[in-house]
Amino acid sequence: MSASPPAPDTNPDTNPDTNPGTNPGTDPETAAGPAVPSSPWQLVRRELRRRASVTVSLVIIGLFLVMAAAAPLLSALGGRSPDAFDKSAVDPYLGGMPIGPLGGISAAHWLGVEPVTGRDLFARVVHGAQVSLLIALSATAIVVVAGTLTGIAAGYFGGRTDAVLSRLMDLTMSFPSLIFMIAMMSVAKDVNRILLMTAVIGLFGWPGIARVVRGQTLSLKHREYVDAARVGGSGPWRILTRDILPGVAGPVIAYTTLIIPGMIATEAALSYLGVGVRPPTSSWGQMIAASVAFYDTDPMYFVIPSACLFLTVLAFTLLGDALRDILDPRGGRA
Amino acid sequence: MTTTHTSPPPPPAPGPPHQDAPPLLSVRDLTVTYPGKRGRTAPIRAVDGVGFDIAAGETLGLVGESGCGKSTTGRAIVRLLEPTRGSITFDGRDIGHLTQRALRPLRRHVQMVFQDPHASLNPRQTVARIIADPLLAQGTPADEARRRAAELMDLVGLIPEHLDRYPHAFSGGQAQRIGIARALATRPRLIVADEPVSALDVSVQAQIVNLMADLQRELGLAYLFIAHDLSVVKRVCDRVAVMYLGRIVETGPKQRVYAAPAHPYTRALLSAVPLPDPAAERTRERITLPGDPPSPATPPPGCPFHPRCPKAQTVCRTEAPVLKPSTPGAARRVACHFPEAG
Repeated sequence: MSASPPAPDTNPDTNPDTNPGTNPGTDPETAAGPAVPSSPWQLVRRELRRRASVTVSLVIIGLFLVMAAAAPLLSALGGRSPDAFDKSAVDPYLGGMPIGPLGGISAAHWLGVEPVTGRDLFARVVHGAQVSLLIALSATAIVVVAGTLTGIAAGYFGGRTDAVLSRLMDLTMSFPSLIFMIAMMSVAKDVNRILLMTAVIGLFGWPGIARVVRGQTLSLKHREYVDAARVGGSGPWRILTRDILPGVAGPVIAYTTLIIPGMIATEAALSYLGVGVRPPTSSWGQMIAASVAFYDTDPMYFVIPSACLFLTVLAFTLLGDALRDILDPRGGRA
Repeated sequence: MTTTHTSPPPPPAPGPPHQDAPPLLSVRDLTVTYPGKRGRTAPIRAVDGVGFDIAAGETLGLVGESGCGKSTTGRAIVRLLEPTRGSITFDGRDIGHLTQRALRPLRRHVQMVFQDPHASLNPRQTVARIIADPLLAQGTPADEARRRAAELMDLVGLIPEHLDRYPHAFSGGQAQRIGIARALATRPRLIVADEPVSALDVSVQAQIVNLMADLQRELGLAYLFIAHDLSVVKRVCDRVAVMYLGRIVETGPKQRVYAAPAHPYTRALLSAVPLPDPAAERTRERITLPGDPPSPATPPPGCPFHPRCPKAQTVCRTEAPVLKPSTPGAARRVACHFPEAG
C-alpha cells in the first residue's frame, strides 16, 4: 500500500454533504464538477424535467399559488374588493342577472359578477384560492408531519409501540370522518373557521401516510447499511435522521403531492355543504354551492370556480403521479 | 501513512500469533436463540454453545453451509444481536451483554465488512460521508473525518478524488473496498468479515482477499473471516472453525484441518472443493452426504450430524459429542465420537 500522504482534495469545504445533519436533498451541484456522476436527487430532477405533464402541472400550480399569495394585490389591480356590491353590474328587472354576455364579463369585471349582489368574481375567485389553498396546504402539512413521525416510530421501534400506533391508525381510518367533520364544523360557533377547518381535516388524514412510512421504514431498517451504521457506533437518533428519514423522503414527497388534491376537495365539499368558511369570506366550494341556484340562467358563475378547483386538483394529481412513478416505483397507494 | 489521529495505534502483531498471550477476542458458550412466533413456530437456536479465541493479528475462518449459524455468530460478536447466553470477551472485557449505549465507545475496536457491497452502502450518501460515518458517529470533527476518508480511499486502492461520488457509480469490487475503508476508519483491532467476497466475481475476489491480507500485515488487524468457500478460507486464514447446525464441529490450524480433516462433516466439505487439474478432478474421492441439514428448530438428539453421518453408531444418536483435542495436547479439536485418525 502507498505510504504517501493522501492527495489533497480539490474542494473539501464546498461540499455540503460533509457537514453533519445536512439534508441529502440539498443540492450537491456546487461541489460537483462536470465529470462527477450525479446524486440520486439530481437523477430525479432530470427525470422530472423530461415529462411534459410535470411541466404543465407545475405551471398551473405555480399560477394558482401566486394568485393565492398575491390575492389582495390582484384584486386591487382589478379595482374591486371581493366584498363590494356593485348594483350597476346587475339588472334588477331580470332578478339580479349580470348585465352583459358570459355572466357580465367586461373591462370592469374580468370574470363577470355574482348575480343579485354584483360582487366581482375575479376578486372572489382569487381570494377563494387563498382560503382553499391555505386550508389544504396547512392540513397537508399537519398530516405529513404527524403521519411521518408516527410511521417512523411504529416501523423503527416495532413491538408494542408498533402495535399501539397501528391500532390507532386503524381506529382513525375506520372513523366516520366526514360526519365528524360536519358535526364539528356545525357546533363550533365563535372560532377561527379557517383554523378549525384545517385542524379537522388534518385530524383524519395522517394514517394513510403513516402506513406508507411504516412499511418503508420496516424495509429500510433491515438493510445492511443500517447495520453498518449501528456497527459504526450510530445511536437510534442518528440512524433515524441519517439513514431512515432520507430513505422515506421519496415516497413521502410523492404521497404528499397526491393527498393535496384530496384536501382541496374536502375543503370544497365542507364549504359546499355550508359548514366551511362563513360568508362573506369566499372559498371555491362555497362559490360553487352558491352558483348552483343560477346554473341555467348564469352558467359562467358555476364554471369559473369549478374550473379553478378542477385545474388545481388535476395539476396536483398529475404531479403526484409522476413523482410516485419516479420516487416510489414499487410502492402503491396506502 | 501519516496519522494525526488520537486513538491508540494498532498493536504491531506481524507474523504468526503466539499462543501464550491472552487472546484479543474470546468467545465462550455463545448461544443465540431466535424467538419463534407465539404458538406457531418453535424458537430457533441458531448458535448453540460456540466458543473460540482470536489472537491479535490472526485470522480465524468460520466455515459451514447456509443456515449453520456462522453469520449469526459474527453478528453477535459485533453486537447487532444480543447473545442469549455465553460471553464475548474483547480485550479482557465482556461485551456480550453490554447495553447498546455502553457499547458505543467500544465499537471503534470491532468493525464489520458485509456480504453485499452495494446493500451495505447508503445509496443517498456520498462515499466521503459513508467512510467518515463511524468517525462522525464517534464525534470526530467533520473536516478531520473527511481528511481521514481521503486517506482511507488511498489505502484501499481507490482514487481519493472520487470521494464525492455516490455508491451507484462504483463496481461491486470497488464498493466492497469502500466497505472495507469504512470498517478501517476507526482503526479497529478486529474486523468481522461476513462473506466479504461471496457476492463478487472470482477475479475480483482475489483482489479483495489480497487487499485484506495486505491490510492485515500493515495494520496488525485480526479477522473473523466468515465464508462458505473453502478455497478462499484456505488462502486467508491461520485457523479454521467448521460449523454445523449452530455448533463448531472441528477447529484447528489451517494446515491440519485441510490436510487431515478429523470430523466426517469436514471431510465431506473438503471433498466437495473442485480441483483445478481436470485429471485430478475426475479421480478425486467425493463424499456425498445423504439428506439435507436438519432444521435448527428441531435439532436431532445426540450428535447433530448423525442423521447424515456415514459412520454413525448408537452412541451418536443419544449423546452429543463435546469439542475436545483430537489427540491429547493437539491444537486441533473435534466434536466427534469417532474422529478420523490424524
